[in-house]
This record gives sequence, C-alpha cells and structure tokens, in this order.
Amino acid sequence: MTGYEGVDLSIALLNVTLLAILFVVAISMARLRSLFAIIMLSGIYSLISATWFVALDAVDVAFTEASVGAGVSTALFLAAMLLTTRQAKPERGVMKVAPLLVVLVTGAILIYATIDLPGFGDPNSPANTYVGIEYLARSQSDIAVPNVVTAVLASYRGFDTLGETGVVFAAGLAVTLLLGFGERALSSARKSGAKTSGKTKKGQQDGN
Amino acid sequence: MGTDHHIILRVVAKVLIPVIALYGFYVQFHGDYSPGGGFQAGVILAVTVILYSLIFGVTAAMQAVSPGFARAVAAFGFILYTGVGVATLILGGVFLDYDALIAEPAGGHAGQHLGIILVELGVLMAVTGSMVAIFYAFAGRVTEIRDEDW
Repeated sequence: MTGYEGVDLSIALLNVTLLAILFVVAISMARLRSLFAIIMLSGIYSLISATWFVALDAVDVAFTEASVGAGVSTALFLAAMLLTTRQAKPERGVMKVAPLLVVLVTGAILIYATIDLPGFGDPNSPANTYVGIEYLARSQSDIAVPNVVTAVLASYRGFDTLGETGVVFAAGLAVTLLLGFGERALSSARKSGAKTSGKTKKGQQDGN
Repeated sequence: MGTDHHIILRVVAKVLIPVIALYGFYVQFHGDYSPGGGFQAGVILAVTVILYSLIFGVTAAMQAVSPGFARAVAAFGFILYTGVGVATLILGGVFLDYDALIAEPAGGHAGQHLGIILVELGVLMAVTGSMVAIFYAFAGRVTEIRDEDW
C-alpha cells in the first residue's frame, strides 16, 4: 500500500490496534473448542470490524456489520448451536494442517493483490473516477435525498438491491423449507396451554 | 413459583425491547438523511423478536409474532419491492424508474422519494420476516432452552 496524502499517525495507530485485536480474536476462535465461546467471539469480531469500518469512513457498511454481523448472526448461530453439540470435535490427521495451508496460500495471494491496489482515498482510483463521481455530482439534482448512499442503493442501483432482497428472502425460504416452520414449539404450547399456563411451566423448569 | 434468577435479564429486556424497536423504525425512516435503511432497520426489528424469544422463550415469542405472520411479511416485502418495479413499468417508465410513479414537471422529486420509501419498506419487511422465520426454524425445533443447555 502506498499510503495517501496527509496520512495521520493517530489514525494509523488506531488501524493497527484494531487489526491487532481482530487478529487475536481470530486466532483464539480458531483454537477454541467451545462453540458458545466461538459464537460470542465472532460477535466481538464483527463489532471490532464495524469500529474499523468507521475509522475508514464507511459508516453505512459499519452499521450493517454491527447489526447483521454482531446482532442477528450471533443470535442465529446461538439458535443453530442449540440443535447440535456444545463442543467442536478436534480435527485429526490431514485436517489439522490442510486449513492452515489454504489460509496461508489465500493470504499470500491477497497480499500479492494489494500491491496493485490504489492508495486509500486516491482520487485517481477506479472507484473514484467513473460512475461514483457521477452519482455524487448528480444525486442532489436527480433524487434530492441527502444521504447519497441511500440514493445509490435504492434508486440508481435499485435493481441490485432488488436482487439482495431476493437473496435474503430466498435464504429465509430455504431455511424454512429445510428445517420446517418451527411451529412445533407453538403447537405443543397450545396443547399444554389448556392445563398449565406458561409461567408455572417455566417455574418448574427453573426448579429442575 | 420457582426461583427466577433471570429476573434482571427479564426486567431489562422489557425496558429495552421497545426502545430497540423504536430505534429500528428511526433507522428505517431516517435512512434518507443518515446511515441506515431497510436492511439495517429490518435486522434491528428482527433482533427485538429474537431477543424476546431468547429471554422469554420461543413459544412466548411465537404467540406474539406467529411464524406464519413472519413468513407472510417476508413474502409481502419482496412482492412490494417487485410491485413498485411493475407499477413503474405500467405507468410508462422502465423497471424501478421511480420518476414514473408520480406525474410531475421536470425536476420534481416526489416520484423518487415515494419510490425509495416504498422500496425501503419492502426491504424492511423482507429482511425482518426472513430473519425471524430463520430464527424460528432453528429455535422452534427445541421447545424450551434450559439453563444447562448453554
């Protein structure tokens, strides 16, 4: 990376600190066996990534990462964990080193690719020269929505967002079709609801 | 009544869940002016239901927001988004060209604003419904989460 004009030491320090925390969290996630701890750490990982996105001035991305990555993903993973065991089995034989090799090769390729990346905030980078500048210049007269991200997302790139919404809907549909509607809990509650109310049932279970 | 050692969680959640839902709506309807929009707001609204079911039990959450309702909301949100596109087609524009929604003199933005609000509402409903449906599909398979299960 070539850096950009007016590089700020405090921001660089912040970036290094956040990335170091991400590194430590990732290593501990890879080494842990308790799935509950891993899920909690992945939530922390998302929150720290979100903080880092704020430092990179990508507030919308940070917001999405915080709400989707740290919020709903953690809850969904917790719910999925309840269906399986609480401990991951230790890997044996070739599976102990194969993931490390894949990660190292991928990392090396990515680092090699960063050599060709434009500097952070470079005005001549492809992202800042073609259609992005056009959106920034025209969105106030075209759409008159103060947040350009919303204007791009919902109007200029409305078709993309339709696809994203479709992906989310398809994911919900697929999980529902595969795992069932989850209404078993509701129907069993209705059956027992006539005899015992929900509160006493809970009290009995806590007493166990 | 047995000893309820989750009482602090329950009391705090009762106060927090409406605030979280309100914040979700703020993110939705303030998305034109600040970071946020349908996706983030949808996830925040889904989290209120998920948090409720984590603390008060899945069955209680399902009695409040039924799984069928969640699925219907998800499908309706997607239909709403696509419907806006089809409406612009019928009104003589191209797909998702919101300017066609309202006939106005050149330079007017009412059509764009209406289109964006409807589309973001569709995203909100699709995301909230899908996330709640996914959570119910996972969590509904175990009837009640006991303390030892953690």
